[in-house]
Amino acid sequence: MNELTADNLQLWRGEQHVLRGICVAAAGGQCLQVTGANGAGKTTLLRALCGLVPLEHGRVCWRGRDIAEDPAAFHSELAYLGHDNGLKADLTAAENLRYAAALRRRVRPQDIAAALARTGVAEATGQLLRRLSAGQRRRVALARLALAGGSLWVLDEPGSNLDERGQGLLAELIEGHLSAGGVAVVATHRMLDLPAAKLQSLTLQ
Amino acid sequence: MNAERVGFAGAAAALIARDLRLALRRPGDTLQPLGFFLVVTALFPLALDPQLSLLRDIAPAALWVGALLSSLLALDLLFREDAQDGALEQLALCGLPLQGLLLAKIAVHWLLTGLPLVLIAPLAASALGAPYEAMPGILAALLLGTVALSLIGGIGAGLTMSLKRNGSLLALLVLPLAVPVLIFGARATALAIAGESLAAPLYLLGAITVLSATLAPWALAAAVRIGLE
Repeated sequence: MNELTADNLQLWRGEQHVLRGICVAAAGGQCLQVTGANGAGKTTLLRALCGLVPLEHGRVCWRGRDIAEDPAAFHSELAYLGHDNGLKADLTAAENLRYAAALRRRVRPQDIAAALARTGVAEATGQLLRRLSAGQRRRVALARLALAGGSLWVLDEPGSNLDERGQGLLAELIEGHLSAGGVAVVATHRMLDLPAAKLQSLTLQ
Repeated sequence: MNAERVGFAGAAAALIARDLRLALRRPGDTLQPLGFFLVVTALFPLALDPQLSLLRDIAPAALWVGALLSSLLALDLLFREDAQDGALEQLALCGLPLQGLLLAKIAVHWLLTGLPLVLIAPLAASALGAPYEAMPGILAALLLGTVALSLIGGIGAGLTMSLKRNGSLLALLVLPLAVPVLIFGARATALAIAGESLAAPLYLLGAITVLSATLAPWALAAAVRIGLE
């Protein structure tokens, strides 16, 4: 059973106490929406849940196991989308996805085309990313997410730069992921358009 | 799910192919340090008395200081962009050994900046009056030395990648660590120009290279993880 739990997470940044005893519990099929003002520590929390930032106190468990015990196994199931798309401006959308997929799983060229078509950027397949708009690049990044095949999605402001249809598409992607038993943690200012039963909320002060 | 997981080799090959492709799309980035090396070494014969014996005396120092500074210039390319666009985060989170992936990255970096420097070194060396017979020795020393410089420099590049103006800090971090490479490399080059056996400094240079290839991947992974925090 997919389940992400974190208990009593504490983290200081210099003098600043960023994470003050945060607890998280999200089971398969559930989306945890993290909200809070700018600078409340949403990104830090997400990075801590991924194991990118070492914690001063508390632990994060995936399927009941501390992620620090076997980070490789945890990371192989994790798909992370940060503020930055993690895509290269001098590669085409298809080349970017081929590389990103090659780090994780075997995919066929038609899977890449299908992922780009699903996120509505099929026409960008052969174009260099630097020629695309910020919103189109975000859509390519969403296609990468869908291709990664992880059972835990950690998304930091996934809707940034997306238009209305893009927001709908994002909700659709997340819902598909949840229906397949996945877990999602999403930091966002904008409420996600998901059924209330699948949604949990955490507000950082 | 596990059945379709890729192995480390496939991921490393994809990373190498990606970095090569990116370098081909922007050849200027990799050619710059190379041009710098040629210009710096060419300045010595212009600034000094055109006496062959004098040029030959300073040739090892000019070649190695030039190689060291050029490698420092090239290091800026190694992680900077990947750190800025989030590609390095994705690499650290892909669930494969980061040490090995970073070693693959360093290998590409050496192939693009170190190896071309070794290949044009005879040109710079002959401008400094090195005899034809000395070339194999000079090439061998530079071949070993540039590998070590890429590995050692990579650690500094990883530590400083998240800083805005990292040039001078990178130099302060890396140059002291590169001193042994400079000493033995320049010594081997001097012996090669004098026509004597350069086995001793070459062995030591080889030992440094092997040692850095063995230890650097772990230091690199730690440096990059710190840089990503």
